[in-house]
Amino acid sequence: MAMTIAVSKEAKHYKSEITPDWCPGCGDYGVLTVLQRACAELNIPNHEILLVSGIGCSSNIPGFFKSYGVHSLHGRALPVATGAKLANHSMTVIAAGGDGDGYGIGQGHFIHAMRRNIDLTYIVMNNEIYGLTTGQTSPTSETNMKTKSTPFGNLEGQLNPLALAIAAGCGFVARGFSGDINHLKTLYMEAIKYPGFALVDVFSPCVTFNKQNTFGWFKERVYKLEDVNHDASQLHSAMEKTLEWGAKIPIGIFYKNPNPRVSLDRLDSTLSGKPLAYQSIGVSKEIRKKLIEEYV
Amino acid sequence: MKNELTIGIGGAAGDGVASAGNTLAQSMARLGLYVYAYNSYQSVIRGGHSYLRLRISAQKPLNHGNQINGLVALNQDTLNRHLPELLAGGICIYNNDKLKPEKAPPGVQLCPLPIYELAGSTALPVMQNTVAIGALIQLMGLEFQALESVFQNVFAKKPQVVAINVSAAKAGFDYALKHFKPFSEKLYKTNNRLALVTGNELLGMGAAVAGCKFYVAYPMSPASGVLHWMAPHAKELGICVRQVEDEISVINMAIGAAHMGVRSICATSGGGFALMTEALGMAGIIETPVVAINVMRGGPSTGLPTKTEQADLNQAIGASQGDYPRIIMAPISISDCFVSVQEAFNFAEQFQCPVIILSELLLSEGNETVNVEFLEQEIKIERGELITPENSTMGKTYLRYLDTPSGVSPRAIPGTPDHLYVSATDEHDEDGVIISDVYTDPVIRKKMADKRARKMQGILQKISKPSLEGSNEAEVTIIGWGSTWGVIKEAAEQLTQEGIKTNHLHFKYLVPFHVKEVLDILKKSKKTVIVEMNQSGQFARHLSAETGFRAHAHIRKYDGEPYEPKHIINGIKQILSQGKEIVEVLSTEPGWRTPHPPGPGVFTQAARIN
Repeated sequence: MAMTIAVSKEAKHYKSEITPDWCPGCGDYGVLTVLQRACAELNIPNHEILLVSGIGCSSNIPGFFKSYGVHSLHGRALPVATGAKLANHSMTVIAAGGDGDGYGIGQGHFIHAMRRNIDLTYIVMNNEIYGLTTGQTSPTSETNMKTKSTPFGNLEGQLNPLALAIAAGCGFVARGFSGDINHLKTLYMEAIKYPGFALVDVFSPCVTFNKQNTFGWFKERVYKLEDVNHDASQLHSAMEKTLEWGAKIPIGIFYKNPNPRVSLDRLDSTLSGKPLAYQSIGVSKEIRKKLIEEYV
Repeated sequence: MKNELTIGIGGAAGDGVASAGNTLAQSMARLGLYVYAYNSYQSVIRGGHSYLRLRISAQKPLNHGNQINGLVALNQDTLNRHLPELLAGGICIYNNDKLKPEKAPPGVQLCPLPIYELAGSTALPVMQNTVAIGALIQLMGLEFQALESVFQNVFAKKPQVVAINVSAAKAGFDYALKHFKPFSEKLYKTNNRLALVTGNELLGMGAAVAGCKFYVAYPMSPASGVLHWMAPHAKELGICVRQVEDEISVINMAIGAAHMGVRSICATSGGGFALMTEALGMAGIIETPVVAINVMRGGPSTGLPTKTEQADLNQAIGASQGDYPRIIMAPISISDCFVSVQEAFNFAEQFQCPVIILSELLLSEGNETVNVEFLEQEIKIERGELITPENSTMGKTYLRYLDTPSGVSPRAIPGTPDHLYVSATDEHDEDGVIISDVYTDPVIRKKMADKRARKMQGILQKISKPSLEGSNEAEVTIIGWGSTWGVIKEAAEQLTQEGIKTNHLHFKYLVPFHVKEVLDILKKSKKTVIVEMNQSGQFARHLSAETGFRAHAHIRKYDGEPYEPKHIINGIKQILSQGKEIVEVLSTEPGWRTPHPPGPGVFTQAARIN
């Protein structure tokens, strides 16, 4: 029998052998590094993490992170992660992807996952553009923004994912900026520790296709909610803060439910014991008999 | 004579057709009599015309038969429609206080029941059903006790309701004894221990005994019955049951759970299945064992939500982009649903691929009595090569997608130490690293595509080969797939009895396909006729695509109502005598049809009916 020695983890223990293939300067590098640091500080064993992504530049993240991972379908990270968490609630399940993935094609799942309240952390690398498909408008693109698909300017409104999250019943709603990684790390750690669905939207600028919302653009605008004594336990003031956009844009924890709803994976009585994945399967002769008896 | 009676019960939705039918069918099952029941209904909660046909016999009926011996009319409309259908020697039971029959066909006995007198003038309208079933049991020559025990069971928590029903039923029973002549054909009780079940219930129960731990669904007729079985059993069986936002979420959650090592299944109908298809391809490339049931109904689009059809074969074969191994099977009877779902889990886990079960409204919502011994049979749970925290050995390099001769790679479930990997929907190498972005390699691509495809060879060896039923020397070979097994079997037997020697080749496993074995059979067949329930001959094309074989003739039905033996018998006769290549069967009896409502069209009502 091998001796288990408790080793405190470092960020490098969460680096896979694969070098990220994002463009030089991409905001997603910060997101990845910070996630590795946050998991190290929380000392989560690699094999007890499942990182699930969708499709898009940012959704390549499981390949660069040392844990179990599923690089699933475009927009479907949340349902895959939900199924996985329900099947094995002893795992730390993190879903990740981009704004097109989560707020565009995956919008339906996004709302219902928050309403459903599974203990997941959802990281959205929000660059306000479709990157991997080479620069079309996204649900979080600003109105009037010129992109490949909107050469005369975006006629549609800009989605507000944080306001939507609060309205959908999400108990932990935060926004970070990949240009401020120490601040972002705190958000991740708080989100992972939160006993329910936790959203971290991250401004993660696309240096290739979004010439409007650049690192510089965000740096000029972002300010930290903790610096203005925002009370994250207050739903209404949280909602108000999510509506700020323009010259000043807040980052930090907008809302953290002081009395978290019990998450679904704890409410469902079938999950009160050993994870489903580790249970032996099949039914006893007695139970089978009882099932048949209902119809005799 | 086969000692068999076929009973029709009809009324508007909300009249209690289904519950009267259940009471009758359960009573029969308790007497050891086999029942096959088909309910023809529409997508309305109240109104319309709902018609249940129960075939009852001491030998197992395989379909709902051709015509009725007995009719229980719960409203005037039913009386008008179905009275002319009764066979000579038949019996028609109705509420004499409310309904007035037209002239009965020759040899048919009208049995008016004075419901107010028998059930009391303050009785609820549904009590007419109870009185009628009581009378029917008497006329069938059966004991009252069985019916009484059914009421005791159904209303176990309400002794008063039991008493009211028993006394109403007894009043009907006694009244019939005094006033009417029983059927000349008598039914006798047997010692068979029978369970009365639907295909959906058996899909649920079969999944449970196979060790299913995760069921996820979005409501859709006619698949919701599986959800309705799973939800109340979830707690007791430790199955996590969730209803979620759409079928895309359904299949992705099912795959997420299956990926973690849990036996996971979902059921839907064609429209929901269409939404699931992209994710089935994901299960194919990340090699996750998942079972998806498509309970087919009339299509396309919303189509016929409450009617049966076999028109989703193309969709199942074409589900998702790209090539990937999959298994498609179509249960051939209601009881086969129980076996199919257990096999599906074993195949899915052994070969780490999606399994599609094509059930059908006819099977999923139809009722059949099944011998209890059949349900007690244990099918061994086979999970394939699975690495878990309990059995894992550490220290070796682990390749999740190891290229093996069988194409199957040992599967470590997440949570197992020292076996980390990422499952990607992008093409990937044996270690899971994707080759679609910076790294690329045509050689690896081909290697991995071939590895997955090899699994189909192993599957083919596991699934049983189709075989001929009936004599090898036959004039006609009827070919069918899925739900039509029972009706074709009966038609073939009857044709043979009438002097047209007919045998039957039936397909349950559709993909992969036993090409050589099937060709060996078909090459020796004199006249081949494919019977299926769709317009375009989806199975005929599939057979031709797999084998190059083209059948001589086809019988098709796509009007929503299932085949009756007479349809196939007449079809074969037309093919033989008139040389027809395609016979399209249509159910035109008034019992299956309700009139078009007055509407904005230019046609008159009369023109529409035609």
